[in-house]
Order: sequence, then C-alpha cells, then structure tokens
Amino acid sequence: MMLDWLFASPADRRLLGSGRFRGPTPWVIAIMSFSIMLIAATGLALASTAGSLSRSIEARYAVEVPNGQQDLDALVGILKSSPGVISVQPVPESDMRDTLQRWLGPAAQSADLPVPALINFDTRPGTDIAKIQQRVQAIAATAQISAHRDRVAPLLRSMRALQWLAFGLVLLLSGAATAAVVLAARGALDTHRFTIEVMHGIGATDLQVTHLFQRKIALDALVGSLSGAAAGALVILLLASGASFAGELTSGATLSPIDLFALFLLPFALTVLATWVARMAVLAALRETL
Amino acid sequence: MARRVGLGRALGRDGELPAIAEFDSVGLRYGTGAEVLRDLDFRLANGGFYFLTGPSGAGKTSLLKLLYLAQRPTRGRIRLFGEELSEAPRESLPPFRRRIGVVFQDFRLIRHLSAFDNIALPLRVGGATDEEVEGPVREMLAWVGLADRASARPPTLSGGEQQRVAIARAVINRPELLVADEPTGNVDAEMASRLLHLFTALNRLGTTVVVATHDVGLISATPGAQMIRLDNGGLADPTGMLRNPPSRRG
Repeated sequence: MMLDWLFASPADRRLLGSGRFRGPTPWVIAIMSFSIMLIAATGLALASTAGSLSRSIEARYAVEVPNGQQDLDALVGILKSSPGVISVQPVPESDMRDTLQRWLGPAAQSADLPVPALINFDTRPGTDIAKIQQRVQAIAATAQISAHRDRVAPLLRSMRALQWLAFGLVLLLSGAATAAVVLAARGALDTHRFTIEVMHGIGATDLQVTHLFQRKIALDALVGSLSGAAAGALVILLLASGASFAGELTSGATLSPIDLFALFLLPFALTVLATWVARMAVLAALRETL
Repeated sequence: MARRVGLGRALGRDGELPAIAEFDSVGLRYGTGAEVLRDLDFRLANGGFYFLTGPSGAGKTSLLKLLYLAQRPTRGRIRLFGEELSEAPRESLPPFRRRIGVVFQDFRLIRHLSAFDNIALPLRVGGATDEEVEGPVREMLAWVGLADRASARPPTLSGGEQQRVAIARAVINRPELLVADEPTGNVDAEMASRLLHLFTALNRLGTTVVVATHDVGLISATPGAQMIRLDNGGLADPTGMLRNPPSRRG
C-alpha cells in the first residue's frame, strides 16, 4: 500500500524517539499556513469581486450633458425607445447637487450653478452605441456617451494585479514552507545519524529509513498546516462578518463554493507538499551514504 | 590475475568448503590518504571460524567494514555469498547486510531504545510484526542472561550488559556470517569465555564467524579456528592461516 508508511507500528515510532511537535517545524508551517490562507482568500475574493464588477458594468453606459437638466426627460424618452436598451436610470438633479455639495458646500444648491444631466442605461450585447449617440445628440448636441467599463478599467487592472500578487505570494510562502521542511529534514537526519547508520548496517533500505522521517514530518506538517489554516479561517470569518470589500457596487466580496473548497484543500496540499519534499530531501541525503 | 594465497589455495582441494567471502587483490584507502589495506587475497570458507589479529592500526576494523559492507574497496574485488559486491549498486546491498550479524567494538546500541527493541531491530527491519518478534527476542534475552533487563535502555546497562545486547542483536537473525570487532574488549574473563561459547555454538549451527581480537587466550581456547594476521594493511603471514585446517564442526 502506498500509505503504509503513515501507519507505523509503535516500535517503528519509537525508533526516532519522542519529540514530535516539540521542534519549530510545526510552528513554522502553521505560520506559513495562516499567511497562505489569508492571502489566498484575499486573492480569491479579489478575483470574485473583479469578476462580478466586470460583469455588472459590461453593458452599462452613461449619457452626460453639460448644463442639460432641461433636456433630461426628452433624453430619457429617446433612450427608452432606442433598440437594444434594456433599462434607463436618470440620476435625479438633487442627487447630483448632493454629490457636488461634498466639494462646493452650500453653493452646490444654488440655482445659478449649472448641473449636468446624467443618465445611466444598460444594453443588450451587440447594441449599436454609435446609433444611440446620434439619436441623443439630435436632442442635445453636447451629449457624450461613455462606457462604465472604460472608467473602471484602471480599478479592475489594479484588482487583477493584486489578485496575481496574492497568488504569487501564496507560491512564495509555499516555497518558504518547503525550504523550512528541507531544513527540518536535514536537521532530523543529523540528529538521528547514528540510528540511521545502525539501521543501514543491519540491512534497512533507504525507503524504510525514509518512511520514518516522512511520517514524522507529515504529521508535523499536518498539525501545523491545519492549526494555521484554522486560525486563518477564523480571521476571514471575522473580516467577512464585519465588512464588505467593495460595497454596493459588487454587493460585497464573496467567496464561491469552489473558492471555499480550494481554501479547505490548502492545508492538505501544504501537508502533501511538505511530505513529498521531506521524502526527496531524506532520500537524497541517504544516497550520499553507502 | 592476482596470485591467490592463504585459505583460497589451501582449500582448493577435494572436500573444499564453499567460500562465503572471497577477497581478490583488495585495497582500501580513505580519501586521498595512504592505503590502509593492500593486496588482500583470501577466501573464508562457509562455516569456518576465523580470528583476525594484528597490532593496532594494522587495518582489522577496516577489513571488517569491507566484510559487513560498510565500506567499498578502492581496488580489487570482493565476493560475498557468491555475489560480486565491490561495485554492486547500493540499493542491492541491504538484503546481503541482513545475512550478516555485526558486533561493533563500541556496541552501537540505540540509546533511546530498550534492550528488547535494540535486539528486535534486525527482525523488524526484515519485516517481522510485533507478535513475531516477541518470542525470539525474549528467548535471546534469556540466552544472554538479560531476561530481567528487557526494558532497560543502554545508558542504564553496564558495559558487559551492553555488549551482550549487541551480540544478541547481531545473532537474532541467525546470520550466515557473524563479524565481531574486539567482542571481549569490555568484559571480564568469565564473560569472555561465555561469549566464546556463544560464538562457537553459533558456528556449530553453520554460521561463519570472524572475530577481530588481541586476546591470545581467546584464540588458543578455540580449537579448529583459523587465524588471519594483518600487519600494516597486508596479510602478514598468509600461510599462517593454515595452522588449523578448516573443517566442518560437529
């Protein structure tokens, strides 16, 4: 059986003495696992948020008419009758003035202040925007149509960059955890050099010796990565219950069931990686002996 | 082809015992130093009893290391159990090592294991279960007089007790070849005599025994045994090994 090594007899366990969970390895792996969990969750949430944001503004446009409040009703009418337009939402003048008030103060409510007209509308895929623009400009020559996605593109690019940065960090931390396991394996080999020599001397194979270390490191890695991941999951739960990442625009950042499953698998993946690396490190070290 | 001397030539006649070990022009050096063993040509008959003697630094321990496969020769060829093992891949060596029992000069007991577990180690390495190990190990503990010290760890055992545990570990697998490096170096005369009886008993059961020792009394107390004398890395007196012709023991 491939996993026989995991179920060593008490006698085999005694060969390396007691000392599991005493060394730094489980702690190092726990810290790595905690960090990986948080960073991976952030990356997945960013990916989800960017995706939902991108989908929500994909077919959304805005008509802006400087000083065009008097044409608002006519513009809404022409937009509603345009082919391909699904919905039209004019932004009330009062909302525009409230927004301007943040910068202009009470002067924003002055009737002398020209307030642009702003109408958002959604279209079906393949809608001819140039034709809509012609119809709109027939009513207000200065009207401009802009795509929401053009305005949000820099934000989306930043989110995508952060998402890749997060996945890069996950790889980097996994590499660091791997290096820690290699050091731990070499340290364990040094500590137990005498036992290994005796075992080799009486005919133990490299695999028999390797299984002892592999099992020990696998258990250390499992305990460390599960503890770290549990702590990370707790922090994620606290964050998720207290805040949303992007507010109304994205209905809050969410993790899909697939994302949650991926996060659930992370500590086990880290354990498998650590075990495989330990096995390779021990086998390589043993090959240097006779 | 190197000239074969010593036992090889002596046994090459009718009734010759099959060889368990054959050394052909074997030399050994550590790193870039001078050769510690040179031009060794001999064979050990299966079922023989051999004493390896010589002054300190003559190369006895190095020769034993070659015999129990802890070292490869830097030149020449070694056949063990009929197989050429000088350049055999390391992966192929463990099954041969399991056929050899070794009593180290410094015992080489694992400190954190009990006497029971130390003795059981060769059986467990061979794949025996806990149930299969229990009987033979208890029997072996009784045989070396340590039945009541089964759970004691080596640091709590006296030198003589540790030596008996080391010997029990070496012989529990009923090895075909038993190699002992100064096995009486740490025990009193009575214990030395008991150990010798142990070795001769094993030899009578068919085990080939090679004992490196300075103890002349041990050699003279073992009729029928042969002597290999090393001096400065070479066989000092190849024909001297013929003093006691090999024969199967009853």
